[in-house]
Amino acid sequence: MDFYLSTLIQGLCLSALALGIFISMKIFNIPDITTDGSYTLGGAVTAKLLVLHQPVFVVLPVVIAAGALAGMATGLIHTKLKINALLAGILVMTALYSINLEIMGRSNIPVGNFASIFSIINFSANPDRNTFWIILAFAIVTTLLIGYLLKTDFGIAMRATGNSESMIRALGVNTDRMKIIGLALANALTALSGYLVTENQGYADINMGIGIVITGLGSVIIAETFINWFKITSVWLSLTWVLSGAFIFKFVVGFTLNLGIDPILLKLITAVFVLLIVSLPRLSFKNSS
Amino acid sequence: MIDIRHVHKVYNKGKANEVNALNGVDLEISGQEFVVIVGSNGSGKTTLLNLVAGSVLPTSGSIHIDGNDVTKLADYQRSTWIARVFQNPLSGTASDLSILDNFRLAAIRTKVKGLKIGIDEKFKNKVKEKIYTLGMGLENKVEQPMGTLSGGQRQALTLLMSVMDTCKVLLLDEPTAALDPKSANIVMETADKLVKEFGLTAVLVTHNLKDAFSYGNRIIQMAEGRIIKDIDSKNKASLKQNDLFDWFA
Repeated sequence: MDFYLSTLIQGLCLSALALGIFISMKIFNIPDITTDGSYTLGGAVTAKLLVLHQPVFVVLPVVIAAGALAGMATGLIHTKLKINALLAGILVMTALYSINLEIMGRSNIPVGNFASIFSIINFSANPDRNTFWIILAFAIVTTLLIGYLLKTDFGIAMRATGNSESMIRALGVNTDRMKIIGLALANALTALSGYLVTENQGYADINMGIGIVITGLGSVIIAETFINWFKITSVWLSLTWVLSGAFIFKFVVGFTLNLGIDPILLKLITAVFVLLIVSLPRLSFKNSS
Repeated sequence: MIDIRHVHKVYNKGKANEVNALNGVDLEISGQEFVVIVGSNGSGKTTLLNLVAGSVLPTSGSIHIDGNDVTKLADYQRSTWIARVFQNPLSGTASDLSILDNFRLAAIRTKVKGLKIGIDEKFKNKVKEKIYTLGMGLENKVEQPMGTLSGGQRQALTLLMSVMDTCKVLLLDEPTAALDPKSANIVMETADKLVKEFGLTAVLVTHNLKDAFSYGNRIIQMAEGRIIKDIDSKNKASLKQNDLFDWFA
């Protein structure tokens, strides 16, 4: 498969993850480390159910529900036990490692021989293009759903929760409940990415989620840079940039690897790249003021 | 409308830094009364306001609003009756949301925030009309983020937001403390106008004795967690501004 198409597919697989991080990080101001665990959870559940010959209409809802449960756990620990959100996420992520291993029964499950979503639905005779169209459809549908949600009364209340908690409580919203729902939604999206990636790469691995939160954060920060740059206030355009952020991120990392850099350095390169995009706006801001 | 009985509030009970913020407060506020509470720092006036709002729960005693026992209800559950304006303009509005979004949330304060899109042309025009009455020229900026406005503009909008949905009690916690004199004046005038127009029961906590003198029909002084003066509307009319200053001498 050519480099651009495969990078595009990988980016689109992660668009749900980027949307999830956008919700937890940008809307609720919570850096949600649960992501690393719920992404693998999505993959683990997918692999386990595919091996058990479950159809896609069973796999998908179970994956989404599993991710939502993981997010709810973090949300409950954070709001009800008043534990720092970062620590709550780390706790759940750590616990999920064992749970994921328990679900999978071993550290790696290949699913290439089982009926995948790409073999069921046929948009195109070319399997690579077919994969692309299916994953693009997923990305569009999730973006449309999240975009609609953010424009509803519930969505506005969600955005206000991360922005001015005192205000939204005075306006009758239980902010604890809102945060739990928000984290459930974010991690359901992350698990969906785990599903798509497992289907796409043909296996689930216990370590597939390590550092994935950084990928999500990187995508969202790239998107944010453009959102601030163009002074975007529209929800739709913002979400489109979040999707593009995931693609740009995958492209840059993929391009670096293509240059012949040792894959062992992948996580290092990813971290440095995210550090760069986080710090660049600040550095240029300092110069201009 | 508001009935506060034998309310005590102790912070950090049993610890070295224990504070008796309120020492048995009894206060009955009837409908459409506009009560001004004055007192030095630490007198318990803000604690009293927060107890009515529900952001703080009493150690003992009871609170009724409009005949309902709300003693154990959280702040978001009391929004059915209460609208609030905070000291910090940032607390009463959401900076990153547009003025329109802020007003939408205020318009459904007592209702469920459901999965339908509530902002349409009709709603937008209604908000514009409301904002026009402020005379601040903000009616054409409803799509702008709240954060682009000044503190005074935001406080004035918070006041308008409080009457977007049915409201019985309006709590004003030093709403002008962070504002310049001109904006402060506009905000207080707007508050007074809305209280009268909508027949609200209002409680204003303030350090500004001029405002305490000019607005409201009942004035209460607090000290060390107790109400030490309670001047009703009949006697407030004959009160002179200098008398108020003497209270703090």
